Amino acid sequence: MRVTAAARSLLLTEFVSAFFLAMRYFFKAKPTINYPFEKNPISPRFRGEHALRRYPNGEERCIACKLCEAVCPAQAITIEAGPRRNDGTRRTVRYDIDMVKCIYCGLCQEACPVDAIVEGPNFEFATETREELYYDKAKLLANGDRWERELAKSIELDAPYR
Amino acid sequence: MIKLIVDGKEIEVPPEYTLMQACEAAGAEIPRFCYHERLSIAGNCRMCLVEVKGTPKPVASCAWGVRDCRPGPKGEPPEISTRSPMVKKAREGVMEFLLINHPLDCPICDQGGECDLQDQAMGYGADTSRFAENKRAVEDKYLGVLVKTSMNRCIQCTRCVRFASEICGVPEMGLTGRGEDVEITTYLESALTSELQGNLVDICPVGALTSKPYAFAARPWELGKTQSIDVMDAVGSAIRVDTRGREVMRILPRVNEAVNEEWISDKTRHIVDGLRTQRLDRPYVRENGKLRAATWSEAFAAIAAKLKDVKGERIGAIAGDLAAVEDMFALQDLMTRLGSANLATETTHAFDPSLGRASYIFNPTIAGIEQADALLIIGCNPRKEAAVLNARIRKRWRTGQMKIAVIGDHAELTYKYDYLGAGVDTLSELAAGKQSFADVLKGAKNPIVLVGAGVTARSDGAALLAMAAKLATDIGAIKDGWNGFAVLHSAASSVGALDIGFVPGEGGLTAAQMVGEGALDVMFSLGADEIKLPADAFVVYIGTHGDRGAHRADVILPGAAYTEKSGIYVNTEGRVQIAGRAAFPPGEAREDWAIIRALSDALGATLPYDSLVALRKALTEKVPHLLRIDQIEPADPAALAALARRGGGAIGKAPLLSPIGDFYLTNPIARASAVMAECSRVASGQILTAAE
Repeated sequence: MRVTAAARSLLLTEFVSAFFLAMRYFFKAKPTINYPFEKNPISPRFRGEHALRRYPNGEERCIACKLCEAVCPAQAITIEAGPRRNDGTRRTVRYDIDMVKCIYCGLCQEACPVDAIVEGPNFEFATETREELYYDKAKLLANGDRWERELAKSIELDAPYR
Repeated sequence: MIKLIVDGKEIEVPPEYTLMQACEAAGAEIPRFCYHERLSIAGNCRMCLVEVKGTPKPVASCAWGVRDCRPGPKGEPPEISTRSPMVKKAREGVMEFLLINHPLDCPICDQGGECDLQDQAMGYGADTSRFAENKRAVEDKYLGVLVKTSMNRCIQCTRCVRFASEICGVPEMGLTGRGEDVEITTYLESALTSELQGNLVDICPVGALTSKPYAFAARPWELGKTQSIDVMDAVGSAIRVDTRGREVMRILPRVNEAVNEEWISDKTRHIVDGLRTQRLDRPYVRENGKLRAATWSEAFAAIAAKLKDVKGERIGAIAGDLAAVEDMFALQDLMTRLGSANLATETTHAFDPSLGRASYIFNPTIAGIEQADALLIIGCNPRKEAAVLNARIRKRWRTGQMKIAVIGDHAELTYKYDYLGAGVDTLSELAAGKQSFADVLKGAKNPIVLVGAGVTARSDGAALLAMAAKLATDIGAIKDGWNGFAVLHSAASSVGALDIGFVPGEGGLTAAQMVGEGALDVMFSLGADEIKLPADAFVVYIGTHGDRGAHRADVILPGAAYTEKSGIYVNTEGRVQIAGRAAFPPGEAREDWAIIRALSDALGATLPYDSLVALRKALTEKVPHLLRIDQIEPADPAALAALARRGGGAIGKAPLLSPIGDFYLTNPIARASAVMAECSRVASGQILTAAE
């Protein structure tokens, strides 16, 4: 036993094997990415920042049914409904999401009968103040307009599994 | 009694029962859409199908009497099954047919969450639809300013048609067309003319008829529910106040068989927006002729400064129509401490509570109308003064067992009556037996003499009341087990005020004397908005709305409306009822009794109660029957003999017309409501009633 141990330390076998291990990883492709210039791919089911979508003709999808408000486990959504001025149809007067309360469970988009409220692929919406995370209807609709292409794409990709 | 076996359980039911009632008596649940306990049976939705052993097809249990069930071959009782596979399949089939033409718009439907069709489709329907063709489309109809229609959702149960013609007595709705073209319509596309039309929304099992002012306002699951009592009239209908956060969203009826069954009037239901507008939310003090916003202490200081050198007999208090018993009791207590006997309400000057309780309540009780066989209405338009009570009169009249005559307004009351005349002369003729209706009254087993505001609001009301009491005694309306003398008050506070003795005391002034020029130096007004206050007195107004009373006031102390305080109200029958608090008063406004308590402290006449519980204890020690909630304290009919004997004063010749001109605008809350204003304009023809 002593002889083997002595041979090992004399021939630096551990050193050599460690060297080869390091070399193997040196030439292997790197798993780290250069965020924020590079990003990992995300699933179409990714639940990020909320958005309110519109129909292709520009009409708001949301009909103020309040199912998302009812289902929200964190009670982060506040809605007030009323008849729209020009045609009397049911619309939201107010649609607020408290993004600080939100737990990103995705139940709101599951409850939505018209695919109006969705959680998009965007997760980079950190803010400097807390107040900026109290989203109102204008902000959510603006999100919807900005992300519509991605949102439509992920809904399409996920559709076969629903 | 007939013996039946329902789902293997043997029960005995009276022979007049329908199968549905029998099944429910056995504890089985039967789904239904067209059947309603208070309406006639239509049997057209087919949802209540059950299996009766021996019949080839399922039968509609709502329209099948237990008498019609045949016994088995060996004489065993008929067997009914409500859970067999045949019934399940039949219900699924009916539900599928109903849903063929029902749009899938639950998310935008106001009925969503409290919809019979939604619930029963979950409970009894199949999971998917096999119908891929186009659904039918029906044009929406115009039904006035209170009921919104969405006729695609209609399932033709005809509850609304039956309600309008049977309960409301306005046969303005109907079903036209056949098969797929069948439509509910008002024929002329004109607004409904009933004061009970708001109930159409409740009886519609789907979202075809919904409330227009409440459209899209809230979902049922967001609402907090508080049981309360209505104060729009003296009937004291049982209501449920639905609130979201601090805001009252809507008012719905509760079932109370003794008072309102399950109906409420439109004023009761749609007053809600009046609770938000024109509110007094902070104290005001008049300085140099103008009202200025002030703090509570400033307002109390202004009152204390004014009262410093004023003698008791120069102070007076008038309570308004909507005051709760506790508020009036506290005010009465304060006035006693200030040495004043000048107490009055706006509407009770004709009554003398010292005679006894029977002289000022609706003795036969509202439910008792259904035992009456003759009714004499004197100086009253029950349709305007108490729309729900009018529905009860109509219900009895429809059985054909009650004859009705009217002295006073020749108004459309939704039932036929003999019009005897408008004046006092007619009443004297009737009392002398010269009218043919006198024989009807004398021959009747349970006659009612109903006296309304057309009598009690007059300055000679006391004499007229005595005359009516004498008439009631003479025709034998007051006997063992029946007291037919019925006073229909017009204000929710009236009977409560009379019960606690909120009337002019020894040497005290009446309301009419108090408002005379130079009668008083300081006047406390507890929400008195209907009476014209004197120009020369210093008026302290405790109330809720910027209405007539507040405009005249020198100091305004903002109070709580009836939904914002817990209060005892006594209805016209003398039934003590308690209303719960559903919301909070706005801004700096406080509950009225608390204002009076704080004011008493500032005036150096501190009232001995610091909480509502303590106040109620003091109140019920003085008037014990106010403790017995939802009950009517039996009244001794001897009071009526005393009233009849007393007679009293000269009687004017003016006709006995009801003072209520506009049903929709009778109190400050209603006058602040935009919905009531619109109803009033439609009713008086100021805006078009048809959807042109």
